[in-house]
Amino acid sequence: MSALLSVTDAHVAYGKVEAVRSVALEVGENQIVTIVGANGAGKTTLLSAIMGILPLKGRVAFAGQDLARLDIEDRVAMGLGLVPEHRELFVTMNVEDNLELGAFRIERSRAKASMEQVYALFPRLKERRKQFAGTLSGGEQQMLAMGRALMGEPKLLMLDEPSLGLAPIIVADIFRIITELRASGVSVLLVEQNAQAALKIADQAYVMELGEFVLSGKASDIAANERVAASYLGFQHEGTSAI
Amino acid sequence: MNTTIMLFLLQDGITNGAIYALLGLALVLVFAVTRVILIPQGEFVTYGALTYASLASGQMPGTAKLALAMGIGACAFDLFAARKALHGRLILRSVLANIVLPAIVLAVTLYFAGQKPPVAVCIALSLVIVAMIGLYLYRIAFQPLAHTSVLVLLIASVGVHLALQGLGLLFFGAEGQRGPAVLSGAFTAGSLRFTGQSLTVYGITIAFIVGLWLFFGLTLYGKALRATAVNRLGARLAGIRTSLSGQIAFLLASIIGALSGIMIVPITTLYYDSGFLIGLKGFVAAIIGGLVSYPLTAVAALLVGIVEAFSSFYASNYKEVIVFMLLIPVLLLRSLAAPAVEEEKD
Repeated sequence: MSALLSVTDAHVAYGKVEAVRSVALEVGENQIVTIVGANGAGKTTLLSAIMGILPLKGRVAFAGQDLARLDIEDRVAMGLGLVPEHRELFVTMNVEDNLELGAFRIERSRAKASMEQVYALFPRLKERRKQFAGTLSGGEQQMLAMGRALMGEPKLLMLDEPSLGLAPIIVADIFRIITELRASGVSVLLVEQNAQAALKIADQAYVMELGEFVLSGKASDIAANERVAASYLGFQHEGTSAI
Repeated sequence: MNTTIMLFLLQDGITNGAIYALLGLALVLVFAVTRVILIPQGEFVTYGALTYASLASGQMPGTAKLALAMGIGACAFDLFAARKALHGRLILRSVLANIVLPAIVLAVTLYFAGQKPPVAVCIALSLVIVAMIGLYLYRIAFQPLAHTSVLVLLIASVGVHLALQGLGLLFFGAEGQRGPAVLSGAFTAGSLRFTGQSLTVYGITIAFIVGLWLFFGLTLYGKALRATAVNRLGARLAGIRTSLSGQIAFLLASIIGALSGIMIVPITTLYYDSGFLIGLKGFVAAIIGGLVSYPLTAVAALLVGIVEAFSSFYASNYKEVIVFMLLIPVLLLRSLAAPAVEEEKD
């Protein structure tokens, strides 16, 4: 079985500064794959480049098709979705309009059904459906951003720091929903600083440092790795001073 | 001053103000969606007006040929942009929208040109011709620059304005033209006399504003346009093409411009270069609205119209000066109200 998303030898640069160097990545169907790493490691840059927001040198294939010549909107149409770190909501429009626009390219009757599904997933959004997106709390905005992306019927949803700045109880909610997405057939590529939570739900994991992947493997193995534990999970194993 | 004169000036001001309101709304719309400050808005006005007047007087307007020429250009841009992924449907769609459509309109225009067609036909043809010019203009001049800065877009906008004005001179000559009234007749109410034409202006303006409001509030494409204006990246991630939003914005702006022209030309003689000044007054209103607020722009446009009417009565030599001086206190207030240093958005 070929991977849903496969990235090979990817480089992303801001001018002359390479923020991502020679990265290779695979996401299979019905998988949660996470990229963990410290602030500034290049995780967001990599996601933006996969989505087509930043130019990428290397090869990105989605569902077997090379994405090189496709712009953001084409990638969305193919079933690639991104929930960016800053959410990029339509803040002066209400929740329902935000969701409706998420399904801009989808047939109207199907969009109606997806909206019910999104409301079932995030009942809070239904309560607030006539409220402006800009007036929502941080957690609700994150839910709306995810909901809007789901309205586009993605096969792979890329989430950039979904837990950033949110209360622990909401973070737990969002991670639960991510596992529900996998069960409903959506693959997830999750970028997180909250490595502990991300590794707990992920199937595969990559550890990113200074623009490169330094470790990859099954999420459970990565979580057990001493070096990762010390740097990202906050555990103090014996002998970690050797790093 | 007696009340009759005052009411008369007020009425005159509101008629003009209604037209500035439409133009101001179009400017705000185009700027919000594409970040283009649409200087050539005035050319849409003159093209609409003079195409209408030419048709009504039995002449062949050159704008119909321009539309076809620009359509061919737009089609070439389409095909060049998609050269690495050309497929039949895309070519067919581009050729139909950019070449076949203006060719048919040109043929219809040629058919009607010699025989002084009814007013409705003149209006419909002028609107379609200018709408196509607006659409292709976006494709040729602004879509390739969509990712550049506001300044680059402004420079392109000035260039387009100069080019279109020159072409206007070529098509319509230096002589002014007037067109037939859309609705003739008049009635008096008290001391005020309402002409059919001024009622047309009010009616169309109100209908258009209500129509725009419904379009933006209720339809998917209207919402998509707003979404692009609010958050460009967010809209792209939702699959809304910036170029589609831009096309719709330019289409609306050119239709609004042409319609304004058709409403003005029975009232005042228009020349090939009259549009610029008319557009600028819409621009004053848009600036007072901060280039973002539609209701504020509409109210400001009425104010501009009324100030213009009164100043042309009291100090007709200075009427433009007085109208444009309105900007100074507004800009002053805005700069005082805004924070001293703009926060850098991350």
